[in-house]
Amino acid sequence: MADQIIPYPGTFDAAGTANESTLLETLHSWVITVDHKKLGILYVIYSLFFLLIAGCEAICIRLQLVVPNNHFLDPAVFNRFFTMHGTTMVFLVGMPILFGFGNYLVPLMIGARDMAFPRLNAFSFWLTAFGGLLLYFSFVGGFGLYGMGSAPDVGWFAYAPLTARAFSPGHSTDYWALALIVSGFGTLGTAINIVATVISMRCKGMTLLRMPLFPWLMFVVSSLTLITITPLTAAQFMLLIDRYLGGHFFDTQAGGSATVWMHFFWIFGHPEVYVLVMPAFAIANEIIPVFSRKAIFGYAAMVAASVCIAFVSVSVWAHHMFTVGMTSASNAFFTLSTMLVGIPTGIKIFNWVATMWGGKIRFATPMLFCTAFLFQFLIAGLTGIMLSVSPLDWQLHNSYFVIAHFHYVLVGAIVMCIFAAIYYWYPKVTGRMLSEVLGKWHFWLFFIGFHICFDTMHILGFLGMPRSIYTYQADRGWTLINQIVSIGAFIQGIAVLIFVYNLIFSYFRGLPAGNDPWDAWTLEWSVPSPPPEYNFAIEPEVRSRRPLWDLKHPEDPDWRYER
Amino acid sequence: MSASSVLPIPHQAWQLPPRGTVGMVCLIIGESAIFTIFVVAYVFYIGKSLAGPTPREVLEVPWLNTICLLSSSFTIVRAEHAVANGLIKRFFTWLAVTIALGIIFLAGTADEWHKLIYQDGLTIHTNLFGTTFYSLVGLHATHVVIGLVMLLLVLIFTLFGKVSSEASGRFKVLALYWHFVDAVWVVVFTVVYILGR
Amino acid sequence: MTPYRDAQRAKRLSTSILATVTVLAPPVSVAQNASATRHINIFAPSSTPAIQINHLSMLVFGITGAIFVFVAVLLIFVIFRYRATGDESAEPPQVYGSNRIELAWTVIPVLIVIVLFLATARIIFAVQDPEEPRSALDVTVIGHQFWWEFRYPNLGIVTANELHVPVSSANHPSPTYLKLMSADVVHSFWVPQLAGKTDLIPNRVNQMWLDPLQTGVYLGQCAQFCGMQHANMLIRVYVDTPEQFETWVRNQQSPARVEPQVALGRHIFETQSCMNCHTIRGTAATGRFGPDLTHIMSRSTIASGIAPNNRATLVDWIKSPDHLKKGSLMPAMQLSDDKVEALVDYLSTLQ
Repeated sequence: MADQIIPYPGTFDAAGTANESTLLETLHSWVITVDHKKLGILYVIYSLFFLLIAGCEAICIRLQLVVPNNHFLDPAVFNRFFTMHGTTMVFLVGMPILFGFGNYLVPLMIGARDMAFPRLNAFSFWLTAFGGLLLYFSFVGGFGLYGMGSAPDVGWFAYAPLTARAFSPGHSTDYWALALIVSGFGTLGTAINIVATVISMRCKGMTLLRMPLFPWLMFVVSSLTLITITPLTAAQFMLLIDRYLGGHFFDTQAGGSATVWMHFFWIFGHPEVYVLVMPAFAIANEIIPVFSRKAIFGYAAMVAASVCIAFVSVSVWAHHMFTVGMTSASNAFFTLSTMLVGIPTGIKIFNWVATMWGGKIRFATPMLFCTAFLFQFLIAGLTGIMLSVSPLDWQLHNSYFVIAHFHYVLVGAIVMCIFAAIYYWYPKVTGRMLSEVLGKWHFWLFFIGFHICFDTMHILGFLGMPRSIYTYQADRGWTLINQIVSIGAFIQGIAVLIFVYNLIFSYFRGLPAGNDPWDAWTLEWSVPSPPPEYNFAIEPEVRSRRPLWDLKHPEDPDWRYER
Repeated sequence: MSASSVLPIPHQAWQLPPRGTVGMVCLIIGESAIFTIFVVAYVFYIGKSLAGPTPREVLEVPWLNTICLLSSSFTIVRAEHAVANGLIKRFFTWLAVTIALGIIFLAGTADEWHKLIYQDGLTIHTNLFGTTFYSLVGLHATHVVIGLVMLLLVLIFTLFGKVSSEASGRFKVLALYWHFVDAVWVVVFTVVYILGR
Repeated sequence: MTPYRDAQRAKRLSTSILATVTVLAPPVSVAQNASATRHINIFAPSSTPAIQINHLSMLVFGITGAIFVFVAVLLIFVIFRYRATGDESAEPPQVYGSNRIELAWTVIPVLIVIVLFLATARIIFAVQDPEEPRSALDVTVIGHQFWWEFRYPNLGIVTANELHVPVSSANHPSPTYLKLMSADVVHSFWVPQLAGKTDLIPNRVNQMWLDPLQTGVYLGQCAQFCGMQHANMLIRVYVDTPEQFETWVRNQQSPARVEPQVALGRHIFETQSCMNCHTIRGTAATGRFGPDLTHIMSRSTIASGIAPNNRATLVDWIKSPDHLKKGSLMPAMQLSDDKVEALVDYLSTLQ
């Protein structure tokens, strides 16, 4: 099992020897697969593809804003680009890539053969994929490519009544709603799958409190997703009823309410960002201990904090609505709940630092990204606390300060952890190591570009620059900072290109990885790289949270110390 | 290389909850969230219609429908017992009764809507009441239809002799969905016909 | 952290922030009216709500800054002190957790949250809930795609895009209370140096207030995406001395000037569809879809702030609004050049 023929990972015949398939047979096997590993890889490749597209949209946005009254993009196109950038990054990059990691890793980490519902797994992936294609078809649907067709142009939050037939007569809103309804059902299917897998498919001896933190957090995230994505689906159905059946849910002329849309959207929108960030925590929970050579500090506290975050996160949504004129009591309530959700989040940061304390930290590329994540997530959380203070939010809401804050979370925390995860698990998936040299170039360029771009962006918020504007006046004093931000964006783009090159180059020329290149402790490192289709030849049986530590240190096993 | 523990541990059989039930419970949680949003919209817009028929004017409490649908929860439980004990004929009967009760419910809803549209002039675009009423009740009715289709499929399989007591676990999962549909009706009924009128 | 230490930190931090912003902002700006126009900067507030928010923000930055320094120093220390040194033989001691430490770093954040929340709640109530005093000026703001309508109900004035308010002071408070409504989609009124932003939502009335303590021109713009020209829905607030304000009010209250030499232009205005959208008080034009033009020449900009109000821009605007503001809801009037010239002659008399 040690030598597999690359480049078709995972294809074996019954005797366990590698298959020599034709190209058509290989493609066919990928299209019809129900294997969680293949589906996980499909999710990740799909997401990386859309990461590049949405990244190009961002570069175009930054080019348009580099000087005042620029004519690089006309306003209609700019509005489509920022809408699509946000929508793509959240629904076609963030969600799929994180559920893709979950798909690949959860069964391996809990000693299972596959997910609970393999066919539902495949169905969910293709639903999500189709939703993304439908969304991007909007660029060419409608009026053709000129003017960017009917791509959504109402902001990723699609506030009513801008989305009503009266104010958005074309099909841009319809593409937005339909594509997301479809991919939302895909997400729901995967979430159900992960919950059922974690509850029903753990190997012998793996009680919930012996499960590694990655599957724990994916379980929490998937449970949260069940009640997060569904309000959006409901609201989008209501929007389509308004637009096509003459409904009045958000029709202010008939007594309907624009704020009802806002409430429904943010009841989805806020927990959604926790759905995006908690898999990043899950990744850090695996990588930081391995590279610090210590067990995670406070496992039970980490579990409790994650569950706490999931619960409290459904009570904070109206901090996106501090300016709509809610009563002072409501504003105070949501200020308090938002501050409270910062507490378990802070506890996690402390636990990670405590894990590194007293360790022997190896700064390979995955750990570089995770360390940057800690630093950046700290800042992101603190700017979040600033925004939770509703009077301050009355100034900073919908300004570039908010954009800086959420990009700090989405890029500085989540994307950094995604990079870390890819550097960490790529050897397991492909059997090859990614180049450390290219990895360090990728890291440092991205880190520098990130800080040039997003640190300075906060200042634009202080100077009164709102978001969603395709241009600005020369006398506002925003020009220089916008230029700095755009330069930072470019540097990040170059870093990502280096990363993509690394992914492809290492696939063919990377060092062979073996089963366990990082000297790690969870079950996925006990099988070959890449794993055989059935994952485990014999169902594992575990006695502690780090079964491989027990094997490697029989004189000092974990189960002696775990409570 | 296997990943067993250091020593074999004597322990009881490793029993985890069945994945079908867990999956269905998750689906129910997600669907409950969707229904909650529609219920919240309905409640928020009570009394806010600018014109057109009001609930008090046009709604009649659907007692027969409700009794039928809620009884079908009882009959499906009897069906579950029957198939668990291998009594397929009895299972067939209780299942058929369940389906019949569901069809009566749908027929009653169709009748009610016919009256509302043609006699009272209430449609989904008439006013806020119309929009929220048809959306909420229609969403529920859609779920009833889906449930009935699944139950009918099982009925047909039973007719062809494909169902035995081995299927009782899977039938339990389907029954769980049906109970959910009934529970949602209790909420919708209370909100629309009791509170809202 | 004692409150005194926090205040010290807050002062130091606020000074450094202000210094950074002050250094960056002026050299890169090209102000048209530098002496009167102030740059936008939420840390240079000129009105009580904005000042209260600014003070609160100093406390917030102080606390978050302290937390940042504390954790960042820890993290940097850990990175350097516990680096692997090449001795890979032994694993370090495995520490699984500590209930006492977990408790400590739960309780302390809870206390910080309580302090921060109480300070915040006080300002929420102070800014949102004060009773409107008798001396307040009432203004109704109606948001449109893509311009601002300002109505002064007690003074009988209607204008657009440029708001005039009297300056206020501690012994002569004269705040302005704004009622915010929308004619179409959601907008947001944001003039950072005068107050936080409040949204304009159709089918809903919102309230906000400001009491500017220094005369001058304050800039702002729409802060909620409202369609194609959201970016160009600018606000200018002129804070006048009481005398200047009086003069302005009296001028605005007077009906439109009638000058015989521009009768042709006026005739064109009244017979083309201009009057369907615009009002010129004292004439047959009573449209409300577009801005009130009774005293259009009293405004320094057109197209809600993006172009100076002069003959050339007016001609351009009437010929083709899309040229200045693509997606504006004013149609191109398809008038011949001399008709446009005559129209602009007429509009130029509407001081």
